[in-house]
Amino acid sequence: MSAPAYYLPAGMPRPVPEPDGLDAPYWEGTRARELRVQRCRACRGWQWGPEWICHRCLAFDLTWTAVEPRGTIYSWERAHHPVHPVLRGHAPYIVALVELPLAGSVRMIGNLLGDPMQTVRMGAPVEAVFEAHDDTTPPFTLVHWRVTR
Amino acid sequence: MATVATASDRSAGTDRTIRGKVAIVGVGETAYYKHGQAPEPEIKLALQAILAACADAGIDPRAIDGFASYSNDRNDPSRLAAALGIPELRFSNMQWGGGGGGGSAAVGNAAAAITAGYADCVVVFRALAQGQFQRFGAAPPTPTVSGEAALTFPYGLISPAQRFAMRVMRFMHDHEIGPGAQRAIALASYHHAQNNPRAVMHGRPLTPEAYDESRWIVEPFRLFDCCMENDGAAALVLVSAERARDMRQRPAYLLGVAQGSEYRNAARGHNAPTYASSSFTTVAPRLYAMAGVTPKDVSVVQSYENFTGGVLMSLVEHDFFAADEANEFLTLENLIAPTGRLPLNTSGGNLAECYMHGLELQIEAVRQLRGQSSNPVPGARVAMVISGPMVTPVSSMLIGTEDVL
Repeated sequence: MSAPAYYLPAGMPRPVPEPDGLDAPYWEGTRARELRVQRCRACRGWQWGPEWICHRCLAFDLTWTAVEPRGTIYSWERAHHPVHPVLRGHAPYIVALVELPLAGSVRMIGNLLGDPMQTVRMGAPVEAVFEAHDDTTPPFTLVHWRVTR
Repeated sequence: MATVATASDRSAGTDRTIRGKVAIVGVGETAYYKHGQAPEPEIKLALQAILAACADAGIDPRAIDGFASYSNDRNDPSRLAAALGIPELRFSNMQWGGGGGGGSAAVGNAAAAITAGYADCVVVFRALAQGQFQRFGAAPPTPTVSGEAALTFPYGLISPAQRFAMRVMRFMHDHEIGPGAQRAIALASYHHAQNNPRAVMHGRPLTPEAYDESRWIVEPFRLFDCCMENDGAAALVLVSAERARDMRQRPAYLLGVAQGSEYRNAARGHNAPTYASSSFTTVAPRLYAMAGVTPKDVSVVQSYENFTGGVLMSLVEHDFFAADEANEFLTLENLIAPTGRLPLNTSGGNLAECYMHGLELQIEAVRQLRGQSSNPVPGARVAMVISGPMVTPVSSMLIGTEDVL
Protein backbone atom coordinates (compact mmCIF):
# COMPACT_ATOMS: atom_id res chain seq x y z
CA MET A 1 0.00 0.00 0.00
CA SER A 2 1.42 3.38 -0.98
CA ALA A 3 1.63 6.24 1.48
CA PRO A 4 -1.38 8.60 1.50
CA ALA A 5 -1.04 11.61 -0.79
CA TYR A 6 -1.03 14.78 1.25
CA TYR A 7 -0.74 18.31 -0.12
CA LEU A 8 2.40 18.87 1.97
CA PRO A 9 4.65 15.94 2.85
CA ALA A 10 4.18 13.90 6.02
CA GLY A 11 6.35 15.13 8.85
CA MET A 12 5.06 18.69 9.03
CA PRO A 13 4.19 19.86 12.57
CA ARG A 14 0.99 18.08 13.64
CA PRO A 15 -1.90 20.00 15.22
CA VAL A 16 -2.99 18.99 18.71
CA PRO A 17 -5.74 20.63 20.77
CA GLU A 18 -4.65 23.15 23.36
CA PRO A 19 -4.06 21.70 26.83
CA ASP A 20 -6.94 23.76 28.24
CA GLY A 21 -9.37 22.26 25.70
CA LEU A 22 -10.35 25.54 24.05
CA ASP A 23 -10.12 24.40 20.43
CA ALA A 24 -10.76 20.66 20.89
CA PRO A 25 -14.28 20.90 19.34
CA TYR A 26 -12.79 22.39 16.18
CA TRP A 27 -10.30 19.56 15.73
CA GLU A 28 -12.93 16.94 16.62
CA GLY A 29 -15.14 18.54 13.97
CA THR A 30 -12.54 18.21 11.25
CA ARG A 31 -12.31 14.47 12.02
CA ALA A 32 -16.05 14.32 11.29
CA ARG A 33 -15.51 16.38 8.11
CA GLU A 34 -17.29 19.33 9.67
CA LEU A 35 -16.09 22.93 9.79
CA ARG A 36 -17.06 24.20 13.23
CA VAL A 37 -16.90 27.87 14.14
CA GLN A 38 -17.61 29.53 17.48
CA ARG A 39 -20.97 31.24 17.76
CA CYS A 40 -22.25 33.12 20.80
CA ARG A 41 -25.47 31.79 22.27
CA ALA A 42 -26.22 35.19 23.79
CA CYS A 43 -25.67 37.61 20.88
CA ARG A 44 -25.53 35.15 17.95
CA GLY A 45 -22.21 36.63 16.77
CA TRP A 46 -19.61 34.48 15.04
CA GLN A 47 -16.06 34.27 16.32
CA TRP A 48 -12.78 32.91 15.00
CA GLY A 49 -10.06 32.09 16.11
CA PRO A 50 -11.38 30.43 19.18
CA GLU A 51 -11.52 32.26 22.48
CA TRP A 52 -13.18 31.58 25.82
CA ILE A 53 -15.30 34.72 25.72
CA CYS A 54 -17.44 36.42 23.07
CA HIS A 55 -15.61 39.58 22.00
CA ARG A 56 -18.93 41.34 21.22
CA CYS A 57 -21.06 40.78 24.32
CA LEU A 58 -18.50 39.25 26.72
CA ALA A 59 -20.64 36.19 27.44
CA PHE A 60 -18.80 32.98 28.31
CA ASP A 61 -21.41 31.10 26.30
CA LEU A 62 -19.94 30.09 22.98
CA THR A 63 -21.28 27.22 20.93
CA TRP A 64 -19.51 25.31 18.19
CA THR A 65 -21.61 25.53 15.05
CA ALA A 66 -20.95 23.53 11.89
CA VAL A 67 -20.98 25.85 8.88
CA GLU A 68 -21.21 25.18 5.18
CA PRO A 69 -17.54 24.92 4.20
CA ARG A 70 -17.60 27.46 1.41
CA GLY A 71 -15.94 30.83 1.13
CA THR A 72 -13.93 33.23 -0.98
CA ILE A 73 -10.21 33.89 -1.18
CA TYR A 74 -9.35 36.95 0.95
CA SER A 75 -5.58 36.72 0.47
CA TRP A 76 -2.94 34.16 -0.45
CA GLU A 77 0.77 33.54 -0.73
CA ARG A 78 3.02 31.21 -2.71
CA ALA A 79 5.84 29.89 -0.51
CA HIS A 80 9.09 28.95 -2.19
CA HIS A 81 11.74 28.85 0.54
CA PRO A 82 11.54 25.63 2.58
CA VAL A 83 11.48 26.75 6.21
CA HIS A 84 10.94 23.20 7.48
CA PRO A 85 13.22 20.25 6.60
CA VAL A 86 10.38 18.15 5.13
CA LEU A 87 9.50 20.94 2.69
CA ARG A 88 12.82 20.68 0.87
CA GLY A 89 12.06 19.72 -2.70
CA HIS A 90 8.32 20.31 -2.24
CA ALA A 91 8.09 24.05 -2.90
CA PRO A 92 6.32 26.00 -4.13
CA TYR A 93 2.98 25.62 -2.42
CA ILE A 94 0.06 27.97 -1.89
CA VAL A 95 -1.48 29.11 1.40
CA ALA A 96 -4.90 30.75 1.19
CA LEU A 97 -6.80 32.91 3.64
CA VAL A 98 -10.46 32.17 3.07
CA GLU A 99 -13.35 34.35 4.19
CA LEU A 100 -16.57 32.56 5.15
CA PRO A 101 -19.52 34.83 4.25
CA LEU A 102 -21.91 32.29 5.77
CA ALA A 103 -20.23 32.59 9.18
CA GLY A 104 -19.84 36.30 9.82
CA SER A 105 -16.94 36.55 7.36
CA VAL A 106 -14.48 34.91 9.73
CA ARG A 107 -11.30 33.75 7.98
CA MET A 108 -9.75 30.31 7.78
CA ILE A 109 -6.25 29.28 6.65
CA GLY A 110 -5.49 26.28 4.48
CA ASN A 111 -3.58 25.20 1.43
CA LEU A 112 -5.09 25.93 -1.99
CA LEU A 113 -5.19 22.64 -3.86
CA GLY A 114 -4.26 22.28 -7.50
CA ASP A 115 -1.34 23.54 -9.55
CA PRO A 116 1.01 25.39 -7.18
CA MET A 117 1.79 27.82 -10.00
CA GLN A 118 -1.89 28.58 -10.72
CA THR A 119 -3.02 32.19 -11.00
CA VAL A 120 -4.88 32.99 -7.80
CA ARG A 121 -7.68 35.55 -7.82
CA MET A 122 -8.80 37.42 -4.72
CA GLY A 123 -12.50 36.83 -4.24
CA ALA A 124 -12.53 33.49 -6.05
CA PRO A 125 -15.08 31.03 -4.61
CA VAL A 126 -13.64 28.01 -2.81
CA GLU A 127 -14.87 24.93 -0.98
CA ALA A 128 -13.20 22.98 1.80
CA VAL A 129 -11.40 19.67 1.23
CA PHE A 130 -10.80 17.62 4.37
CA GLU A 131 -7.40 15.90 4.41
CA ALA A 132 -7.45 13.08 6.97
CA HIS A 133 -4.14 11.98 8.45
CA ASP A 134 -5.19 8.60 9.85
CA ASP A 135 -1.66 7.20 9.95
CA THR A 136 -0.48 9.28 12.92
CA THR A 137 -1.14 8.97 16.64
CA PRO A 138 -3.34 10.74 17.41
CA PRO A 139 -4.85 11.12 13.94
CA PHE A 140 -5.90 14.56 12.74
CA THR A 141 -7.59 16.20 9.75
CA LEU A 142 -6.53 19.38 7.97
CA VAL A 143 -8.87 21.66 6.03
CA HIS A 144 -7.71 22.68 2.56
CA TRP A 145 -9.50 24.69 -0.12
CA ARG A 146 -10.26 24.19 -3.79
CA VAL A 147 -11.50 26.75 -6.29
CA THR A 148 -15.04 26.05 -7.51
CA ARG A 149 -16.45 27.18 -10.83
CA MET B 1 -20.42 53.29 34.57
CA ALA B 2 -17.58 55.83 34.51
CA THR B 3 -16.87 57.46 31.20
CA VAL B 4 -13.56 56.90 29.46
CA ALA B 5 -11.26 59.71 28.35
CA THR B 6 -11.35 60.39 24.64
CA ALA B 7 -8.35 61.09 22.45
CA SER B 8 -9.06 64.82 22.58
CA ASP B 9 -9.29 64.72 26.38
CA ARG B 10 -5.90 63.12 26.45
CA SER B 11 -4.24 65.74 24.30
CA ALA B 12 -5.95 68.84 25.70
CA GLY B 13 -4.97 70.52 28.92
CA THR B 14 -2.70 67.82 30.20
CA ASP B 15 0.98 67.62 30.98
CA ARG B 16 0.95 63.87 30.45
CA THR B 17 3.59 63.74 27.75
CA ILE B 18 7.25 62.91 27.44
CA ARG B 19 7.70 65.63 24.82
CA GLY B 20 10.88 67.60 25.51
CA LYS B 21 11.39 65.98 28.91
CA VAL B 22 13.88 63.26 28.04
CA ALA B 23 16.81 62.99 25.65
CA ILE B 24 18.98 60.28 24.15
CA VAL B 25 22.53 61.26 25.05
CA GLY B 26 24.54 58.17 24.19
CA VAL B 27 24.42 55.48 21.51
CA GLY B 28 26.63 52.47 20.99
CA GLU B 29 26.87 49.12 19.31
CA THR B 30 29.18 46.16 18.96
CA ALA B 31 30.63 45.16 15.63
CA TYR B 32 27.82 43.62 13.59
CA TYR B 33 28.14 40.01 12.42
CA LYS B 34 26.39 37.60 10.13
CA HIS B 35 24.16 35.33 12.20
CA GLY B 36 26.04 32.70 14.10
CA GLN B 37 29.37 34.45 13.63
CA ALA B 38 29.61 36.54 16.80
CA PRO B 39 32.87 35.57 18.52
CA GLU B 40 31.45 36.47 21.93
CA PRO B 41 28.55 35.21 24.04
CA GLU B 42 25.33 37.20 23.72
CA ILE B 43 25.49 38.76 27.19
CA LYS B 44 29.05 39.92 26.58
CA LEU B 45 27.83 41.66 23.42
CA ALA B 46 25.12 43.35 25.49
CA LEU B 47 27.69 44.57 28.01
CA GLN B 48 29.99 45.83 25.26
CA ALA B 49 27.18 47.82 23.61
CA ILE B 50 26.14 49.34 26.93
CA LEU B 51 29.72 50.41 27.67
CA ALA B 52 30.02 51.88 24.17
CA ALA B 53 26.84 53.91 24.66
CA CYS B 54 28.09 55.17 28.04
CA ALA B 55 31.44 56.14 26.52
CA ASP B 56 29.62 58.02 23.75
CA ALA B 57 27.58 59.86 26.38
CA GLY B 58 30.63 60.51 28.53
CA ILE B 59 29.13 58.90 31.63
CA ASP B 60 30.35 56.29 34.10
CA PRO B 61 28.31 53.08 33.50
CA ARG B 62 27.64 53.06 37.25
CA ALA B 63 25.36 56.05 36.67
CA ILE B 64 22.85 53.73 34.99
CA ASP B 65 19.90 52.98 37.22
CA GLY B 66 17.44 51.39 34.81
CA PHE B 67 17.12 49.11 31.81
CA ALA B 68 14.41 48.66 29.19
CA SER B 69 14.25 46.15 26.35
CA TYR B 70 11.76 44.22 24.22
CA SER B 71 11.03 40.93 22.50
CA ASN B 72 12.00 38.87 25.54
CA ASP B 73 15.64 39.83 25.40
CA ARG B 74 17.51 37.11 27.25
CA ASN B 75 19.85 39.46 29.13
CA ASP B 76 18.19 40.17 32.43
CA PRO B 77 18.67 43.69 33.83
CA SER B 78 19.43 42.38 37.30
CA ARG B 79 22.33 40.34 35.94
CA LEU B 80 23.53 43.30 33.87
CA ALA B 81 23.36 45.56 36.92
CA ALA B 82 25.30 43.07 39.02
CA ALA B 83 27.88 42.56 36.28
CA LEU B 84 28.37 46.30 35.89
CA GLY B 85 28.52 47.01 39.62
CA ILE B 86 25.57 49.38 39.41
CA PRO B 87 24.92 50.75 42.92
CA GLU B 88 21.13 50.66 42.74
CA LEU B 89 18.74 49.27 40.12
CA ARG B 90 15.59 51.39 40.07
CA PHE B 91 13.81 50.42 36.87
CA SER B 92 13.62 47.13 34.98
CA ASN B 93 11.24 46.90 32.05
CA MET B 94 10.31 44.46 29.30
CA GLN B 95 7.95 45.47 26.50
CA TRP B 96 5.60 42.60 25.72
CA GLY B 97 5.25 41.27 22.21
CA GLY B 98 7.57 39.51 19.85
CA GLY B 99 9.33 40.78 16.80
CA GLY B 100 10.78 44.26 16.59
CA GLY B 101 7.54 46.05 17.38
CA GLY B 102 8.80 46.99 20.81
CA GLY B 103 11.90 48.93 19.80
CA SER B 104 10.43 52.41 20.01
CA ALA B 105 8.13 51.39 22.86
CA ALA B 106 11.16 50.41 24.94
CA VAL B 107 12.54 53.92 24.43
CA GLY B 108 9.14 55.30 25.40
CA ASN B 109 9.00 53.13 28.51
CA ALA B 110 12.45 54.34 29.55
CA ALA B 111 11.40 57.95 28.94
CA ALA B 112 8.23 57.43 30.96
CA ALA B 113 10.26 56.10 33.87
CA ILE B 114 12.54 59.14 33.81
CA THR B 115 9.57 61.53 33.51
CA ALA B 116 7.78 59.81 36.38
CA GLY B 117 10.85 59.91 38.59
CA TYR B 118 11.38 56.16 38.81
CA ALA B 119 14.91 56.41 37.47
CA ASP B 120 17.44 58.97 36.25
CA CYS B 121 19.56 57.21 33.66
CA VAL B 122 17.97 54.38 31.70
CA VAL B 123 19.63 52.21 29.08
CA VAL B 124 17.58 50.74 26.24
CA PHE B 125 19.33 47.74 24.74
CA ARG B 126 18.91 44.67 22.55
CA ALA B 127 21.37 41.81 22.07
CA LEU B 128 21.09 38.89 19.68
CA ALA B 129 23.43 36.02 18.98
CA GLN B 130 21.19 33.75 16.98
CA GLY B 131 23.92 31.18 16.40
CA GLN B 132 23.77 30.52 20.13
CA PHE B 133 19.99 30.20 20.18
CA GLN B 134 17.05 29.44 17.83
CA ARG B 135 16.91 31.38 14.55
CA PHE B 136 13.82 33.42 13.71
CA GLY B 137 13.53 32.33 10.08
CA ALA B 138 13.47 28.55 10.54
CA ALA B 139 10.75 26.31 11.92
CA PRO B 140 11.25 25.35 15.56
CA PRO B 141 11.95 21.61 15.79
CA THR B 142 8.69 20.55 17.40
CA PRO B 143 6.68 17.56 16.12
CA THR B 144 3.34 18.95 17.37
CA VAL B 145 1.85 22.44 17.61
CA SER B 146 -1.22 23.84 19.34
CA GLY B 147 -3.18 27.07 19.62
CA GLU B 148 -2.54 29.63 16.93
CA ALA B 149 0.35 27.58 15.52
CA ALA B 150 -1.98 24.60 14.98
CA LEU B 151 -4.01 26.74 12.60
CA THR B 152 -0.97 27.72 10.52
CA PHE B 153 2.12 25.48 10.85
CA PRO B 154 0.58 22.30 9.34
CA TYR B 155 -0.13 24.33 6.18
CA GLY B 156 3.46 25.51 5.85
CA LEU B 157 2.64 28.95 7.24
CA ILE B 158 5.46 29.11 9.78
CA SER B 159 8.17 31.74 9.37
CA PRO B 160 7.75 35.50 9.86
CA ALA B 161 7.94 36.03 6.08
CA GLN B 162 5.12 33.55 5.62
CA ARG B 163 3.10 35.11 8.48
CA PHE B 164 3.16 38.55 6.90
CA ALA B 165 3.12 37.88 3.15
CA MET B 166 -0.68 37.63 2.96
CA ARG B 167 -1.15 41.02 4.67
CA VAL B 168 1.09 42.63 2.08
CA MET B 169 -0.43 40.67 -0.80
CA ARG B 170 -3.88 41.98 0.12
CA PHE B 171 -2.63 45.57 0.55
CA MET B 172 -0.86 45.54 -2.81
CA HIS B 173 -3.97 44.09 -4.43
CA ASP B 174 -6.29 46.67 -2.86
CA HIS B 175 -4.13 49.58 -3.99
CA GLU B 176 -2.71 48.18 -7.24
CA ILE B 177 0.88 48.51 -6.03
CA GLY B 178 3.51 47.06 -8.32
CA PRO B 179 6.80 45.32 -7.47
CA GLY B 180 8.80 48.52 -8.00
CA ALA B 181 7.64 49.92 -4.65
CA GLN B 182 9.16 47.11 -2.59
CA ARG B 183 12.25 47.12 -4.80
CA ALA B 184 12.91 50.83 -4.16
CA ILE B 185 12.84 50.23 -0.40
CA ALA B 186 15.38 47.41 -0.69
CA LEU B 187 17.63 49.40 -3.01
CA ALA B 188 17.61 52.42 -0.67
CA SER B 189 18.87 50.35 2.26
CA TYR B 190 21.65 48.79 0.20
CA HIS B 191 22.54 52.17 -1.29
CA HIS B 192 23.02 53.69 2.15
CA ALA B 193 24.95 50.69 3.47
CA GLN B 194 27.70 51.31 0.92
CA ASN B 195 28.73 54.46 2.81
CA ASN B 196 28.45 52.84 6.25
CA PRO B 197 31.53 50.86 7.31
CA ARG B 198 29.55 49.21 10.14
CA ALA B 199 27.10 47.68 7.68
CA VAL B 200 27.24 43.94 7.16
CA MET B 201 26.47 44.62 3.47
CA HIS B 202 29.09 47.38 3.13
CA GLY B 203 30.90 46.70 -0.12
CA ARG B 204 28.01 44.52 -1.38
CA PRO B 205 25.89 46.84 -3.55
CA LEU B 206 22.51 45.73 -4.89
CA THR B 207 21.42 46.50 -8.44
CA PRO B 208 17.82 46.57 -9.68
CA GLU B 209 18.67 43.63 -11.93
CA ALA B 210 20.03 41.56 -9.04
CA TYR B 211 16.88 42.35 -7.07
CA ASP B 212 14.62 41.29 -9.93
CA GLU B 213 16.55 38.07 -10.45
CA SER B 214 16.65 37.12 -6.78
CA ARG B 215 14.68 34.08 -5.70
CA TRP B 216 11.26 34.21 -4.17
CA ILE B 217 11.11 33.50 -0.45
CA VAL B 218 7.33 33.71 -0.36
CA GLU B 219 5.41 35.79 -2.87
CA PRO B 220 5.27 38.80 -2.76
CA PHE B 221 8.70 38.81 -1.03
CA ARG B 222 11.94 38.13 -2.86
CA LEU B 223 15.19 37.42 -1.03
CA PHE B 224 16.10 41.11 -0.86
CA ASP B 225 12.71 42.06 0.55
CA CYS B 226 13.58 40.12 3.70
CA CYS B 227 15.78 41.28 6.55
CA MET B 228 19.05 39.64 7.40
CA GLU B 229 19.53 37.74 10.62
CA ASN B 230 22.56 38.96 12.53
CA ASP B 231 24.50 38.85 15.76
CA GLY B 232 25.41 41.91 17.79
CA ALA B 233 24.12 44.32 20.39
CA ALA B 234 23.03 47.95 20.52
CA ALA B 235 22.27 50.37 23.36
CA LEU B 236 21.06 53.90 24.00
CA VAL B 237 21.41 56.06 27.13
CA LEU B 238 18.47 58.26 28.18
CA VAL B 239 18.44 61.00 30.80
CA SER B 240 16.22 63.98 31.62
CA ALA B 241 16.37 67.00 29.31
CA GLU B 242 17.89 69.06 32.13
CA ARG B 243 20.82 66.67 32.56
CA ALA B 244 21.18 66.23 28.80
CA ARG B 245 22.10 69.86 28.21
CA ASP B 246 25.37 69.50 30.12
CA MET B 247 26.51 66.31 28.43
CA ARG B 248 29.06 65.61 25.76
CA GLN B 249 26.81 64.96 22.76
CA ARG B 250 24.15 67.12 21.20
CA PRO B 251 20.96 65.76 22.80
CA ALA B 252 18.27 64.09 20.73
CA TYR B 253 15.05 65.08 22.51
CA LEU B 254 12.08 62.75 22.50
CA LEU B 255 9.10 64.48 20.91
CA GLY B 256 6.72 61.57 21.12
CA VAL B 257 6.38 57.81 21.35
CA ALA B 258 3.30 55.70 20.70
CA GLN B 259 2.63 51.99 20.83
CA GLY B 260 -0.25 49.57 20.44
CA SER B 261 -2.40 48.17 17.66
CA GLU B 262 -5.92 48.24 16.26
CA TYR B 263 -9.12 46.54 17.43
CA ARG B 264 -8.56 42.77 17.69
CA ASN B 265 -5.27 42.90 15.82
CA ALA B 266 -4.22 39.62 17.46
CA ALA B 267 -7.41 37.72 16.63
CA ARG B 268 -6.04 34.27 15.91
CA GLY B 269 -5.75 32.64 12.56
CA HIS B 270 -5.28 35.91 10.65
CA ASN B 271 -8.66 37.33 11.74
CA ALA B 272 -7.53 40.91 12.45
CA PRO B 273 -10.35 43.11 11.10
CA THR B 274 -7.79 45.63 9.78
CA TYR B 275 -5.79 42.89 8.07
CA ALA B 276 -4.05 44.66 5.19
CA SER B 277 -2.15 46.91 7.56
CA SER B 278 1.16 47.29 9.34
CA SER B 279 -0.75 47.80 12.66
CA PHE B 280 0.01 51.55 12.82
CA THR B 281 -3.38 52.98 11.79
CA THR B 282 -4.20 54.02 15.35
CA VAL B 283 -0.64 54.38 16.64
CA ALA B 284 0.66 56.92 14.11
CA PRO B 285 -1.99 59.59 14.83
CA ARG B 286 -1.18 59.38 18.55
CA LEU B 287 2.52 59.73 17.79
CA TYR B 288 2.01 62.91 15.79
CA ALA B 289 -0.41 64.30 18.39
CA MET B 290 2.12 63.93 21.20
CA ALA B 291 5.05 65.17 19.14
CA GLY B 292 3.22 68.21 17.80
CA VAL B 293 4.67 67.78 14.32
CA THR B 294 3.27 66.72 10.96
CA PRO B 295 4.69 64.37 8.31
CA LYS B 296 6.14 67.27 6.35
CA ASP B 297 8.24 68.27 9.40
CA VAL B 298 10.04 64.91 9.38
CA SER B 299 13.57 65.18 7.94
CA VAL B 300 14.47 61.49 7.81
CA VAL B 301 12.78 58.16 8.56
CA GLN B 302 14.15 54.87 9.82
CA SER B 303 11.47 52.24 9.21
CA TYR B 304 11.99 48.67 10.42
CA GLU B 305 12.35 46.33 7.51
CA ASN B 306 11.27 42.89 8.55
CA PHE B 307 9.98 42.85 4.99
CA THR B 308 9.85 45.72 2.52
CA GLY B 309 6.07 45.43 2.27
CA GLY B 310 5.84 46.27 5.96
CA VAL B 311 7.86 49.43 5.37
CA LEU B 312 5.55 50.33 2.52
CA MET B 313 2.42 50.05 4.66
CA SER B 314 3.98 51.77 7.69
CA LEU B 315 5.00 54.80 5.60
CA VAL B 316 1.42 55.02 4.30
CA GLU B 317 0.02 54.71 7.82
CA HIS B 318 2.37 57.46 9.05
CA ASP B 319 0.83 59.60 6.30
CA PHE B 320 3.91 60.28 4.17
CA PHE B 321 1.89 59.44 1.08
CA ALA B 322 -1.41 57.78 0.25
CA ALA B 323 -1.52 54.09 -0.58
CA ASP B 324 -2.65 54.91 -4.08
CA GLU B 325 0.48 57.09 -4.52
CA ALA B 326 2.91 54.34 -3.50
CA ASN B 327 4.01 53.46 -7.04
CA GLU B 328 4.97 57.07 -7.76
CA PHE B 329 6.43 57.95 -4.35
CA LEU B 330 8.52 54.84 -3.73
CA THR B 331 11.46 55.34 -6.07
CA LEU B 332 15.13 55.06 -5.19
CA GLU B 333 15.64 58.74 -5.96
CA ASN B 334 12.98 59.77 -3.43
CA LEU B 335 14.34 57.56 -0.65
CA ILE B 336 18.06 58.34 -0.55
CA ALA B 337 20.08 60.92 1.38
CA PRO B 338 20.87 63.72 1.02
CA THR B 339 18.49 64.81 -1.73
CA GLY B 340 15.48 62.46 -1.57
CA ARG B 341 12.03 63.66 -0.59
CA LEU B 342 12.01 61.16 2.29
CA PRO B 343 15.47 59.72 3.06
CA LEU B 344 14.78 56.23 4.38
CA ASN B 345 16.90 53.79 6.39
CA THR B 346 20.04 55.86 6.01
CA SER B 347 22.35 53.40 7.80
CA GLY B 348 21.22 50.45 5.69
CA GLY B 349 18.74 49.29 8.32
CA ASN B 350 17.74 45.70 8.91
CA LEU B 351 18.28 44.81 5.26
CA ALA B 352 21.87 45.94 4.87
CA GLU B 353 23.40 47.42 8.04
CA CYS B 354 22.43 44.87 10.65
CA TYR B 355 19.32 43.14 11.86
CA MET B 356 19.92 44.38 15.40
CA HIS B 357 16.21 43.73 15.89
CA GLY B 358 15.69 47.29 14.76
CA LEU B 359 17.56 49.09 17.52
CA GLU B 360 20.23 50.16 15.02
CA LEU B 361 17.45 52.38 13.61
CA GLN B 362 17.12 54.40 16.83
CA ILE B 363 20.90 54.86 16.85
CA GLU B 364 20.89 56.06 13.24
CA ALA B 365 18.07 58.52 13.95
CA VAL B 366 20.15 60.03 16.79
CA ARG B 367 23.23 60.22 14.56
CA GLN B 368 21.20 62.06 11.92
CA LEU B 369 20.25 64.76 14.43
CA ARG B 370 23.89 65.07 15.52
CA GLY B 371 25.17 65.23 11.94
CA GLN B 372 27.11 61.99 12.52
CA SER B 373 25.37 59.70 10.02
CA SER B 374 27.39 58.13 7.25
CA ASN B 375 24.59 59.35 4.95
CA PRO B 376 23.76 62.70 6.54
CA VAL B 377 20.58 64.56 5.72
CA PRO B 378 21.64 68.22 5.88
CA GLY B 379 19.86 70.19 8.56
CA ALA B 380 17.95 67.20 9.92
CA ARG B 381 15.86 68.43 12.86
CA VAL B 382 13.15 65.79 13.25
CA ALA B 383 13.78 62.07 12.84
CA MET B 384 11.25 59.23 12.98
CA VAL B 385 11.74 55.59 13.86
CA ILE B 386 9.05 53.03 13.04
CA SER B 387 9.41 49.70 14.84
CA GLY B 388 8.27 46.26 13.71
CA PRO B 389 5.42 46.68 11.21
CA MET B 390 2.66 44.03 11.14
CA VAL B 391 3.26 42.62 14.62
CA THR B 392 1.31 43.66 17.72
CA PRO B 393 1.98 45.80 19.60
CA VAL B 394 3.97 48.02 17.25
CA SER B 395 5.56 51.34 18.18
CA SER B 396 7.07 54.43 16.64
CA MET B 397 8.87 57.50 17.89
CA LEU B 398 9.92 61.01 16.93
CA ILE B 399 13.04 62.79 18.14
CA GLY B 400 14.16 66.33 17.49
CA THR B 401 16.95 68.82 18.01
CA GLU B 402 16.69 71.48 20.73
CA ASP B 403 15.33 74.12 18.37
CA VAL B 404 12.27 71.97 17.65
CA LEU B 405 11.18 72.07 21.29
